Amino acid sequence: MKPLDPRLLRYAKATRAHLAVSVLLGLCTAALVVAQAELLSRGIARVVTGGGRSALTTILVGLAFVVAGRAIVAWFQDSAAQRSSARVKSQLRGQLVARAAALGPDATAARAEVATLATRGIDALDGYFGQYLPQLVLAVIVPIAVLARLLPADLTATVTIALTLPLIPVFMILVGKATEASNAKRWDALGRLSHHFLDVVTGLQTLKLFGRAKAQAESVRRTTDRYRTTTMATLRIAFLSSLVLELIATLSVALVAVGVGLRLVDGGIDLRTGLLVIILAPEAYLPLRQVGARYHAAADGLAAAERTFAILETPPPPNGTITCVPDLRDRGQIRIEGLSVAHPGRTGPAPEPTDVTASLGEIVVIRGPSGTGKTTLLSVLLGARRPAGGTVTISGGGLHVSLADLDVAAWRTHLAWVDQTPYLFHGTVADNVGLAKPGADRAAVRSALDRCGLSSMDADAPVGEGGRLLSAGERRRVAMARAVLRRAPVVLLDEPTAGLDAETEREVLAAVTALAADSVVIMVTHRPAAIALADRVFDIGTRSRPTDTMVTA
Amino acid sequence: MTSLRWVLRLGRSGRGRLGLAILLGALASGAAVGLTATSAWLISRASQRPPVLHLMVAIVAVRAFGLARGVLRYGERLTGHDASFRTLGDLRVATVERLEQVLPIRTTAEQGPLTSSELLSRFVDDTDSLQDLWVRVVLPYTASTLVGVGSVALVTVLAPAAGLALAGTLLVAALLAPIVSARAARGADARLAPLRAEYQAGVLDLLDGATELAVYGALPTRLAELERRDELMRRSEARSAVATGYGAAIATLAAGAAMWAGLWFGAGAVDARTLGAVSLAVVVLVPLAVHEVFAGLAPAAHQLPSLASAAARVQHVFQQPAAVQEPDTPQQPPAAPFGLRARGLRARWNPDGPDVLFGLDLDIAPGSQTLIVGPSGAGKSTLAAVLLRLLDPTDGAIELIGGDGATLLHQMAGDDVRRIIGWCAQDAYIFDSTIEANLRLARPDATAEQLIDALRRAGLAHWVGTLPKGLDTMVGEHGSHLSGGQRQRLALARTLLADRPIVIFDEPTEHLDDATAAQLATDIVNATRGATVVVVTHRPELFPIATTTLLLERGVLRTHHFPATQAATP
Repeated sequence: MKPLDPRLLRYAKATRAHLAVSVLLGLCTAALVVAQAELLSRGIARVVTGGGRSALTTILVGLAFVVAGRAIVAWFQDSAAQRSSARVKSQLRGQLVARAAALGPDATAARAEVATLATRGIDALDGYFGQYLPQLVLAVIVPIAVLARLLPADLTATVTIALTLPLIPVFMILVGKATEASNAKRWDALGRLSHHFLDVVTGLQTLKLFGRAKAQAESVRRTTDRYRTTTMATLRIAFLSSLVLELIATLSVALVAVGVGLRLVDGGIDLRTGLLVIILAPEAYLPLRQVGARYHAAADGLAAAERTFAILETPPPPNGTITCVPDLRDRGQIRIEGLSVAHPGRTGPAPEPTDVTASLGEIVVIRGPSGTGKTTLLSVLLGARRPAGGTVTISGGGLHVSLADLDVAAWRTHLAWVDQTPYLFHGTVADNVGLAKPGADRAAVRSALDRCGLSSMDADAPVGEGGRLLSAGERRRVAMARAVLRRAPVVLLDEPTAGLDAETEREVLAAVTALAADSVVIMVTHRPAAIALADRVFDIGTRSRPTDTMVTA
Repeated sequence: MTSLRWVLRLGRSGRGRLGLAILLGALASGAAVGLTATSAWLISRASQRPPVLHLMVAIVAVRAFGLARGVLRYGERLTGHDASFRTLGDLRVATVERLEQVLPIRTTAEQGPLTSSELLSRFVDDTDSLQDLWVRVVLPYTASTLVGVGSVALVTVLAPAAGLALAGTLLVAALLAPIVSARAARGADARLAPLRAEYQAGVLDLLDGATELAVYGALPTRLAELERRDELMRRSEARSAVATGYGAAIATLAAGAAMWAGLWFGAGAVDARTLGAVSLAVVVLVPLAVHEVFAGLAPAAHQLPSLASAAARVQHVFQQPAAVQEPDTPQQPPAAPFGLRARGLRARWNPDGPDVLFGLDLDIAPGSQTLIVGPSGAGKSTLAAVLLRLLDPTDGAIELIGGDGATLLHQMAGDDVRRIIGWCAQDAYIFDSTIEANLRLARPDATAEQLIDALRRAGLAHWVGTLPKGLDTMVGEHGSHLSGGQRQRLALARTLLADRPIVIFDEPTEHLDDATAAQLATDIVNATRGATVVVVTHRPELFPIATTTLLLERGVLRTHHFPATQAATP
């Protein structure tokens, strides 16, 4: 990643303000550095030429001010960096989470990664804003200020510094490029090594069972030793770079000092100027040297920013433009023809194309062995996934529209859905049911719960994180109550009665039947009692094309 | 801090290198200070226009220091990294050796046993991070201290008062500034941590239910709610910002004060004729150079709190009592065939917790096939661990019955017990390696035929035959490239290859669909003919030919007679 990624400026506007403040503080620092050198060289020269301490009063007062000024700048630098960093992080977090949520289930498979990225990952940018970026600014401003001050004082020293100074960034870039590959390889090897160690520790119980645990300690030692030997060989080369950089910086300072000394003997310059040169010369190199040292403080944050940008730059799934959804309550029908879905990351044969038709007032059951794409079919209907092939046609009121042309948000206002493992949010039972219909009154929520076999459940009971305080069956019924409250024309149910006892299942299925009166109900299920309700059953994933079994209810 | 001292004792093999690295580091920083000191003297002396010959020593010294610093730093970095790797090796070996004895690890009372992969991975991260203690903390602090002492000595010889001031300001820079920084960071973190946890929980909640929220149109509301939490975090950080800069300000003030004092006391000493005028620049500029060296300590100090807590967590695990007391003079096992007899067995995982087994009696005849059934949490896994001598019972005794007598289990070495009793664990651990490596750990000297035979008996030979790389196929992390059934069968093949006279299967058909489970159960029965077999399961109907079925309920065993019809249906 570049020292200053333009994407950072684009996605986090606060970066600009931070950059401006850093430049301002950099200018202050440069002025104070030059002032300090000026005062010191004058003061020392005055004493050496016989002035005595009494001649130093103004200089000592001036120095005290400079020192105080530098301390204030140092304080402000860190504090301002933290403020800016907090703003930048907040801007990145907000966009990251919104985009991750919008990307849908395929992208949020790495949901734990997004959550870590949004907190610890992005927090690592503190090092970048607090240390690296200000240092980068200093590395530009301070050398220029130093050279500007030295130019009228001592041309030879100025030229020496001006010629050697650019060698440092040039070498940094050259060396950085040369060692990038070997560094990456080294990090990779280190990662593998840690992984191996974790693997051994996690499987230690198993190793112990086979009497291999003690032998494994030796193997860990050998692996680490082997890694050390190979790594040290690369490091000997990699560290040569910093050797060259240090040599350029310190040797130049030494050469400047010797040159100044010789010119002093010749009487070419006076002591004050000589001191000014040797005090300022190292200051010209210092910020550049520290940029390299501070890079590792920034590396973690930059890596996190890189991953964040990758997510932010993932295009959102394509969306249709038609917001006028056919009125499914009027001769509504959903027709799925030749549907197939590509699964990212899943190998093996793709599920076969599927045909399903469901009409208003019908309960349509989809069944088939696991892994044949029943849930995926529902996620296509939900607008959460795009089919790789085939069409879904929504009909109603004499209109026929392809699902792909419909605006997803508009389509979803016509849906109710119960997932196989429904997710309940931290809050009360009523909060979770009310999600389906904001503004629904308590009586409506209560009645929805009652109709899903939850008449004994307290609507104000907390559900805990992820619904942990409820049993799996209760969670499913709360989600079912959502669908009942929603009264949507399309109801999609994924195993709504799995894990329920026969009595509860009857209650839930009664609610399903009631919903079917004025809705299209598509239900994935294995349960015989649920299948018995179906007007039609589609078997998918069997080698032949799905069969449409008419059930005479 | 005591944890840090404890950790320092763990890494031995890197010590010599570390000493060398400290020496090189001190010399490198010393060269930087020396460069400043000699050039300051050179300039001051040169201004008196002496013959150039009188300056030669100083000129050579300036050039030498200029060269030496880079070279010495290079040496320091190389030896330091070498020391770091050696220490890492020590830490890892010590970890494996100690963990082997304390398994399963109980971290803290709240966390429960250290078995979840998340906790383990944090533990491994903690262990690995501790190597930084040597190279990033001990090394810079020791090297800087050496340079500081040397510089203070130099300045004190020239102008005692300035030397004293330098010593004082260096202490401030090395100790006070980091302490102030750390306190500010701790305070900020204490305020931020709960907000961050709340935010993270909110993010997970939102992403977990993203589809539900999208379907019910509630995503914008939820995002707005999350943004409110985000804003709280931002404000908390902004409030802490004021204190963040104190450390840097103190270090800068200390450096400036040392320089100021150098000029004040130095000029005074020149007035008093105790200091030659040419040395004044040395007294003023050396403090600046030393403080620059000490400025490098800030990142070292910054790491210390997190290292200390990592060390404390690692130490806590290391100090767990061993799960099993090995006998001083281990008894030899009796001769085959083997059975087991337990009387009045009581056991628990958590030393402070309640017993999981209470006075359990168990008889397993040689060559028998025993099923142990019971509700989850009844202590089935605990019983298996006790029989395998992975856990000492709190009361009662287990005897290993052989053809020529019996030996008490607790008088045998654990490894000897596990050479006779094998365990095929529920969710047996599969290493991120090849199929062959996963098999071979059961018997490192197995022949190719034995490997294939074990796979065949576990019903995997055909599948392995279809793989392009065969036995060399990588199975992925935790066997993630395999299906649940394949993982279970690989574990079975491993158990069969180990060829223990007694084998305990812990829920071998768990997480498998009905057809796969039934097939695996049949394969287990066929593959273990002749051995003494114990199967812990809650699907006894899958093992119809078992000789005995025992019901484990609330920590005791009862013989259980399933009516034939009941056993056949789930």
